[in-house]
Amino acid sequence: MRVAVIVFPGSNCDRDVAEAIAQVTGKQPIMVWHRETTFFDVDLVILPGGFAYGDYLRPGAMAARSSVMRHVLDHAKAGGLVLGICNGFQVLTEIGLLPGALLPNAGMKFICKPVKLKVTRTSTPFTGSFTKGQYLDIPVAHHDGNYFAQKDELSRLEDNEQVVFRYENNPNGSINDIAGLSNVSGNVLGMMPHPERAMVHGKTRGDGYKLFNTLMEMIR
Amino acid sequence: MSDLSTPTPQQIAEHGLSDEEYESLCEQLGREPNLNELGICSVMWSEHCSYKSSRIHLAKFPTTGKRVICGPGENAGIIDIGDGDAVVFKMESHNHPSFIEPYQGAATGVGGIMRDVFTMGARPIALLNALRFGEPDNPKTRSLVAGVVAGIGGYGNCVGVPTVGGEMNFDPGYNGNILVNAMCVGLARADSIFYSAAKGVGNTILYVGARTGRDGIHGATMASAEFDDDTEEKRPRVQVGDPFTEKRLIEACLELMATGNIIAIQDMGAAGLTSSSIEMADKGGVGIEIDLDMVPQREDNMTAYEMMLSESQERMLIILKPGTETQSRQIFTKWELDVDVIGRTTDTGRLVLNHKGETVCNLPIAPLSDLAPKYDRPWKKQEPAPELNAEDLPQRDPVDALCRLMVCPDMASKRWVWEQYDRHVMNDTLADSASSCDGAIVRIHGTDKAVAISSDCTPRYVQADAYRGGKQAVAESWRNLIASGAKPIAITNCLNFGNPEKPEIMGQFVQAVEGMAKACDKLSFPVVSGNVSLYNETNGKAIPPTPTVGGVGIVKALDHVIGFGGAEVGDLLYLVGETSGWLGSSLYAREIEGLSGHMPPPVKLSVEQNNGKFVKKAIQQSLVRAVHDLSDGGLACAAADMALASDVGMVLETHDEMPNHAWLFGEDQARYLLAVPSHKLNQLQRLAYKQHVPFVFAGEVVGDDIKIGAARIKVADLRKKWEGWLVKYMENIHGNAGE
Repeated sequence: MRVAVIVFPGSNCDRDVAEAIAQVTGKQPIMVWHRETTFFDVDLVILPGGFAYGDYLRPGAMAARSSVMRHVLDHAKAGGLVLGICNGFQVLTEIGLLPGALLPNAGMKFICKPVKLKVTRTSTPFTGSFTKGQYLDIPVAHHDGNYFAQKDELSRLEDNEQVVFRYENNPNGSINDIAGLSNVSGNVLGMMPHPERAMVHGKTRGDGYKLFNTLMEMIR
Repeated sequence: MSDLSTPTPQQIAEHGLSDEEYESLCEQLGREPNLNELGICSVMWSEHCSYKSSRIHLAKFPTTGKRVICGPGENAGIIDIGDGDAVVFKMESHNHPSFIEPYQGAATGVGGIMRDVFTMGARPIALLNALRFGEPDNPKTRSLVAGVVAGIGGYGNCVGVPTVGGEMNFDPGYNGNILVNAMCVGLARADSIFYSAAKGVGNTILYVGARTGRDGIHGATMASAEFDDDTEEKRPRVQVGDPFTEKRLIEACLELMATGNIIAIQDMGAAGLTSSSIEMADKGGVGIEIDLDMVPQREDNMTAYEMMLSESQERMLIILKPGTETQSRQIFTKWELDVDVIGRTTDTGRLVLNHKGETVCNLPIAPLSDLAPKYDRPWKKQEPAPELNAEDLPQRDPVDALCRLMVCPDMASKRWVWEQYDRHVMNDTLADSASSCDGAIVRIHGTDKAVAISSDCTPRYVQADAYRGGKQAVAESWRNLIASGAKPIAITNCLNFGNPEKPEIMGQFVQAVEGMAKACDKLSFPVVSGNVSLYNETNGKAIPPTPTVGGVGIVKALDHVIGFGGAEVGDLLYLVGETSGWLGSSLYAREIEGLSGHMPPPVKLSVEQNNGKFVKKAIQQSLVRAVHDLSDGGLACAAADMALASDVGMVLETHDEMPNHAWLFGEDQARYLLAVPSHKLNQLQRLAYKQHVPFVFAGEVVGDDIKIGAARIKVADLRKKWEGWLVKYMENIHGNAGE
């Protein structure tokens, strides 16, 4: 599996997710600086967590206008895989690859804690090895993870079964408990929880590892 | 009036220099300074920058050791952790600004301490903070807590360095002056450390980072004076932080460091461009000439005075090797940071500033650094505090007392705070505030080693007896590291006191320092960095003396990491160390009996060492399932912590010859509570006997209740109360927090 991790100024989970990928695939992903204008040929593009451009204006708003994002759009439109984690999810909604928006948490506070996620869509390359209704333990750490979509948009994405993960105990006020969302065809996934922080669970493999491993097996 | 004019007597007074200091300055210069020069001298001679009241006493700290690479005097201390790795750390106060503007004050405190660490070539890997607030009922406390916590999180979370631990106390003594002490730990290679000495003449001085604005002018002077009722008017002196710039600055500086282009590097902290340039010149034995027109500026028409005294954040000064300017600039340009050559080193030994075609300052370096005033201020020895006799206190229901202690503001769960901190970014956090471990544990990236970190001070002990209290702060830090499976190596500290011009305050300072020095010496736990914050007073009332200790230890193998959350039903509880039932200045005395100011427990350092050695062996030989240091609230509170963390019940023994309150809540030092699997007991008992360590049966792990004699409470009920206090308190301003 060939993987690119996009690095914006202010990304801060880029190293963590690159190491998670290396751990699963045995191969270092390429790190792509946000100013990159030449094409990179990979299977999966990851938009990592962090505070790209300091979250100024709105989280993800400035990153969505980086030159590298044109390639990410092309890659996604050609059916390539895109995974946006936390800040990366915010970038995906800002650039329109995913519907809706991520608002400040209902409590107006940053929340860092373990959460339980229910898998609600398995027809994506990210979740193909999970079963519907299965619970995953993957932590969140964000200030703006309160997913919102207008009523008709929301019913559209529910009808299309685009919701991939829901919170068991909603930590941030997200509408319909949405924690992770895909596009209709399932090749683009945005999620607030951090799978790269769930590589181990005690002495066994964590659910984050399983997610990346699923991806690798789907692509191989 | 032009800044080149001779200052008026009123201006001299406004700069915080005493008449004697001003005279001495004129004598050293051979003339009167102009206004620019007065501004520069006044910050360099401020308490905050010069340590003029504390320096002669700080010299009492042991600062060397087998593992010490760099002791006090640089931006941070450095220890060798083997395999070519070094750990760089320091703690610093941001008390005065945090009281005036809690969010920015705390945020820039975090930013400043991170810069001290990455300046030396280290990537920051952990943040901690020690916070002291006024009493919960004080009308300001709630919003100060909310602002400080949001500021710490807002900065650290964005930069992407985990906030892994800390402490938080409430006391009426901090009503007018809160304490915000931030600690940063970084990781470097031992052969690639960067220092601040600007060696060599004719080298380029590079300014990088944020532009200079008018914020924070005279922050260092503010931090060297007391507060009064007009303190709010000082808000413009508080700096404004930008973590996004800090993040880019870290990445850019580490990238530049890898090139080998740097001769010296220093962050612009307190007193900004002034102190950074003077310190670099002084350490390098050179002069410095700066062209102020080249300084990147955020605002129009800034004067030389404003530029030199600005404390705008996220700025660095770098001395480059000749010929490397272009390559160095490119790195900062890539990270979209301002960068400019603003001057060069000279052989004059003077600080020369040129602005708009004029020389606006021409000062010799030495009077600003080495020859700055140094005082042996008069100090008064504390009267010995009275002893508190446990027999004089009434008998009470022990479980009821335990519940009251566990929900008092100092002891109640701080979940509301630490859930706002990203504790796991960088993916190396093994134990954080949520983890039921006496120290925070952060893995050395890519290895099977870790650092353990702990922040400690018991201000009520220091208040009653500064010498004992100072000793205890160091001993507790050492004990916390032992109890988490680490070998304690060295400390940083942050000494927060009132006005040193008062002999009784100076007495607290001197005696606390001597107590700390004694403990550091005896425990081979040297001081490698630190910070002094004086004048923490409002309207003449000083804070409780608070010498915070930030201890760092090494965990050699990750399976040595232990906490107090692993107790299992069937385990036996054993108490390590001698119990006399010491209640003077205990949490019990304060919370239950309303008594304070009595003699705190003695700290016997050889006993501390011996008991610690035993516990370390017990951990390394896997003879225990859970370990907890005994501190606030004694045996019963340690047991309750363990029960809550392990989600198990406990039956606690009472003592035949001691009142319950003395046995259960006494705060004798050098003690630990162990949860021992029954099949390991023999082996552990033999080890205790061999090491001459008091090892006493204290109870067993059983059921769902904490039971003492006939009294009991469900662990689940205790948890509800313990978790509830801070949330309820804080949500009064936030309404429904939506969680």
